[in-house]
Amino acid sequence: MKNKIAYMGLFLSFALILSYVESLVPFYFGVPGVKLGLANLAVLLALYRYGWKEALALNLARVFLSGFLFGNLFMVMYSLAGAAGSFMVMCLLKRAKGFSIIGVSMAGGVCHNIGQILVAYFVTRTAGVAFYLPVLLAAGLVTGLLIGLLAREAAKYMGKEFVKNL
Amino acid sequence: MREKIKRNDVYLFLVIAFAAFFLFFWRSCAASGRGTAAVVSRNGETIGSYPLHTDGRIVLTGDGGGRNVLVIRDGEAYMEEADCPDKLCVKQGPVGKNGESIICLPHKLAVQIIGGETGEADVLAR
Repeated sequence: MKNKIAYMGLFLSFALILSYVESLVPFYFGVPGVKLGLANLAVLLALYRYGWKEALALNLARVFLSGFLFGNLFMVMYSLAGAAGSFMVMCLLKRAKGFSIIGVSMAGGVCHNIGQILVAYFVTRTAGVAFYLPVLLAAGLVTGLLIGLLAREAAKYMGKEFVKNL
Repeated sequence: MREKIKRNDVYLFLVIAFAAFFLFFWRSCAASGRGTAAVVSRNGETIGSYPLHTDGRIVLTGDGGGRNVLVIRDGEAYMEEADCPDKLCVKQGPVGKNGESIICLPHKLAVQIIGGETGEADVLAR
């Protein structure tokens, strides 16, 4: 594929801009761990354009870069855990064929939040964090649905050539 | 391209939505009402328990020497200040319902609200 490195650079800057937007607007829903996950839009599109290896590289790069640009080492570790679980499930569901980009995105949102709850549990050793599980499940579902719809619309405008695996 | 929502997407949505609702109702049945005390733990070890009916201001030392100030007022507990970078615990605001908690991940602190009406009813039954 031509210009792949250039496009990967574009994807990465797209992901970073989305992270920046998310860090500017305080999407705070009153429950710890609920985030919009805008940057996942770039990861999803890269996953469908190239495949899991490229999307994984993009995902790692954006977690480290956005973590250090707009956060700190602690946030990097925290979001790595969420991103790892979410990414694996998204790759599996995409491969499973029966799901559209919307289903893949919803599963990613939900798994991201489950991953964060697990981190909270292992760090604090408090089972009480499970109290927030229902809210985080619902929130991950809704944000994942939104990001999935956005990704589908974006892919529509980018065209068949650009997002060929859709 | 013109990809439609697939049947599995709908199933996935329904399963997760159902799970969330189920857990939510299960949670509201298992624990409800106002809490009676705030239990503070660090690294999973309880380091203090403070009744919610006594107003107070507690300075907590987190893992790695971090500092958090927990305030108890009008039956609710909230984190007044923290020297961690993200300050999510401060942004969270007051908690007072049975089962709610404030987590400060950088300092490995957890404030959990316990007690509530179900707890007292159990004691009376015995």
